[in-house]
Amino acid sequence: MRLALERRAERSILMAIASPLLAVALTLATGAALFAVLGKPPVEALKIYFLDPLRDPWALQEIAVKATPLVLIAVGLSLCYLANAWNIGAEGQFLVGAITGGWLAVATHGTGAGYWVLPAMLVLGALGGAAYALIPALLKVRFGASEILTSLMLVYVAELLLDYLVRGPWRDPKGFNFPTTAEFDPVAAMPTLIEGSRLHLGAIIALLVVIWATVMLGRTLRGFEIKLVGAAPRAARFAGFNDKTLTVLTFAISGALAGLAGIIEVSATVNHLQPNISPGYGFTAIIVAFLGRLHPVGILIAGLFLALTFIGGESAQISLKVPLDLTKVFQGILLFYVLACDTLILYRFRVLLAPKVVHGVH
Amino acid sequence: MADAALATAAPDKPVQPDELPLLEAAGITKLYGDFVANDAINLEIWPAEVHALLGENGAGKSTLVKMIYGLLQPSAGEFRWQGEPIVLASPHVARARGVGMVFQHFSLFEQLTVAENVALGLDNAELAGLDERVAEVSRAYGLPLDPKREVWRLSVGERQRIEIVRCLLQDPKLLILDEPTSVLTPQEAEQLFRTLRVLRKEGRAILYISHKLEEVRALCDTATILRGGKVIATCDPRAETAQSLATMMVGGEVGAVRSDGAKKLGNPRLVVRNLNLTPDDPHGVKLDGITFELAAGEILGLAGVAGNGQDELFAVLSGEVRADTPDVIRIDNTDAGRLSITERRRLGAAFVPEERLGHATAPRFKLSDNALISGHAASPMVRRGFIDRGQARAYVDRITKAYDVRKAKPDPEAVSLSGGNLQKFVVGREILREPRLLIVSQPTWGVDAGAAAAIRQAIIDLAGRGAAVLVMSQDLDELYEISDRLVVICAGRLSAPRQTRRADRGEIGMLMAGVGMKGRDHAARA
Repeated sequence: MRLALERRAERSILMAIASPLLAVALTLATGAALFAVLGKPPVEALKIYFLDPLRDPWALQEIAVKATPLVLIAVGLSLCYLANAWNIGAEGQFLVGAITGGWLAVATHGTGAGYWVLPAMLVLGALGGAAYALIPALLKVRFGASEILTSLMLVYVAELLLDYLVRGPWRDPKGFNFPTTAEFDPVAAMPTLIEGSRLHLGAIIALLVVIWATVMLGRTLRGFEIKLVGAAPRAARFAGFNDKTLTVLTFAISGALAGLAGIIEVSATVNHLQPNISPGYGFTAIIVAFLGRLHPVGILIAGLFLALTFIGGESAQISLKVPLDLTKVFQGILLFYVLACDTLILYRFRVLLAPKVVHGVH
Repeated sequence: MADAALATAAPDKPVQPDELPLLEAAGITKLYGDFVANDAINLEIWPAEVHALLGENGAGKSTLVKMIYGLLQPSAGEFRWQGEPIVLASPHVARARGVGMVFQHFSLFEQLTVAENVALGLDNAELAGLDERVAEVSRAYGLPLDPKREVWRLSVGERQRIEIVRCLLQDPKLLILDEPTSVLTPQEAEQLFRTLRVLRKEGRAILYISHKLEEVRALCDTATILRGGKVIATCDPRAETAQSLATMMVGGEVGAVRSDGAKKLGNPRLVVRNLNLTPDDPHGVKLDGITFELAAGEILGLAGVAGNGQDELFAVLSGEVRADTPDVIRIDNTDAGRLSITERRRLGAAFVPEERLGHATAPRFKLSDNALISGHAASPMVRRGFIDRGQARAYVDRITKAYDVRKAKPDPEAVSLSGGNLQKFVVGREILREPRLLIVSQPTWGVDAGAAAAIRQAIIDLAGRGAAVLVMSQDLDELYEISDRLVVICAGRLSAPRQTRRADRGEIGMLMAGVGMKGRDHAARA
């Protein structure tokens, strides 16, 4: 007897919904085993990781804060991935958006500039991220360079650029030599939604982006073009769609959204530029995009779930004394299971009985 | 061993049959889930017999031969080899028994030589002296081959000979051929028939799968006709007419395609003048001085063996690839050479590529999405960049009604349709737009007889309403049936057009092989 994968006649809608849930369940099971090996009570540990944050109002707000950049970036990435353009460098575009938007805050610091500063910062952040994403996109369409490699490598360039700026030209003269810029002025800070909370306007922007992407992908010719180019390139050419133009466009959109996430994050939660402004949002967003089935609404849910792992990881670090890197392990395991379970959408398992014994030969 | 036979290679009576059939299928049934692919098939194949297996696409021919060759196992029933029950558990077992098979799609390594490819296909290859044995077999059976040539230098006909020689080296008692002539010129096909008659004379049995009825009548001693997984009849094809065989295959009278009497042709709708194109793909065919005109109301047939520039010509006429200058292609008096496929569609042109899945349609997209692929250029399905899903579904319904597209639900994925139904959908999608110019490649390739007739009729009706139609096909019968004029493409060059009624088949066949084309010598595909 053996197990075989058999192609389905049509994609399974049931499995398209069940696959991420199955992936989450398998991740939890693996996580429990992991905790057991580390000598921690598995059930208790999973509860601290995944349930306790949901019962704490502060933690719930914090989940929304952390989900905001994840969702913004992942929506952009999903457009790339649907169009078969592999932007792995959202982390770099996030940082560059923070830099170009943050530049205005640094430049207007203490000048008494008006309320135009924040909107202008958001626009600059989006433009900066888009410009940075266009580098791998143009290298790909012009020279055929692998966008996976170039976009990833540009992440490290962006990290070093930010590091240089906050240690060099943009360092706060009154900052006791710490590598940070001066605190942003109030006109350069993202307004909060609730008094005294960290929940900010960026969450609303992320929701608007989710709605925009849902309509764009589901209802417009442009969305159809993105899906067709990725799914059947030859049919897309037959339809008159240009895959190179689309690679450039989707990279620009995803770069803009990553850059926007970067400047929102800086202006809302950090309030100055410093070397570590992202706990790897740009990479975690790749997991969010796939866990959310490259669908904007799915990404919203997946973004909240991944944000939960960040919060849960922090509290587990405190109460269970497990390393914070365990969160990254969880995220990696989750992506692995998501991609594996996706196979079940197009294939099904079948148990094959051994073939009958041959007789009468030789 | 076959020299004597070769001398008298005319069709003649088979050798006196043995007492028992070589292979007998008794109640062979194959189930895929609830679907019955083969339903209690009974079949006898005798030594020294060319046995035709006839049927529409999906009739169960492939399933049956795959079981005989050991690739599939029957769900019920048994095979008997000279009266003794056997289980053909794998191709290896089948080959050991003496079953050889030549597939429609070859499995050859392009960079290796003929002899090396033969060696790779043998179960117990003795490399020493293989060259000589290949040369000997190819000489004996009239299958000229140079063992030392690399496969990429060879024509399709020559490649097929490698597959046949590979089988013959195993000394098979039963040779299965799956649509062997679909890739051959008439001359190459005639040569193959001579070989098959030699094999029959030696007492070998041949199971010959084809849908070319004239061919079956000329070559085969017995025909088994499958329909819907069942054996409908076993008959002597020489005693039948092509019409009666077709009727048995389809299960109803196949309406002969008709055009409405004499035609009055209108103004030229497509004018191609001295079109040259060097393809990006180094293995592609260079188009060389292509020149022709296509008038309103006319159907121009373009014949040719696959791989002689048809794909490149289709791409440049459709606009998937752009020509170097605008004026080499004129659609309705507009220079169109540099226009995109979308702009050409807006000029009233429509295109049906050869490949249904992946080119004409996206396999995993719903039909309503696939309707948009060509429909977005000019139709109410898209307004100001927004898709009207209702309109798209309504369009699918119109295609379904007009062209009898059978599907399990209103809006399934393209990949779930059978080949014939998907082809009807694709052709219907373009024709319902009422194009003034239609360019269609292989309109009925791999499509059952009923669907093929419907598609050809739709093309003729469209031309009758004043559209200009270019049909590229490797099926010469089809072109003779529907076209007004014929041109032949070979090695990227086009012959002068001929009136189809007066075109001599032999001459067309020669042109397809590159003989008699004007201009430089065309060693076809060399």
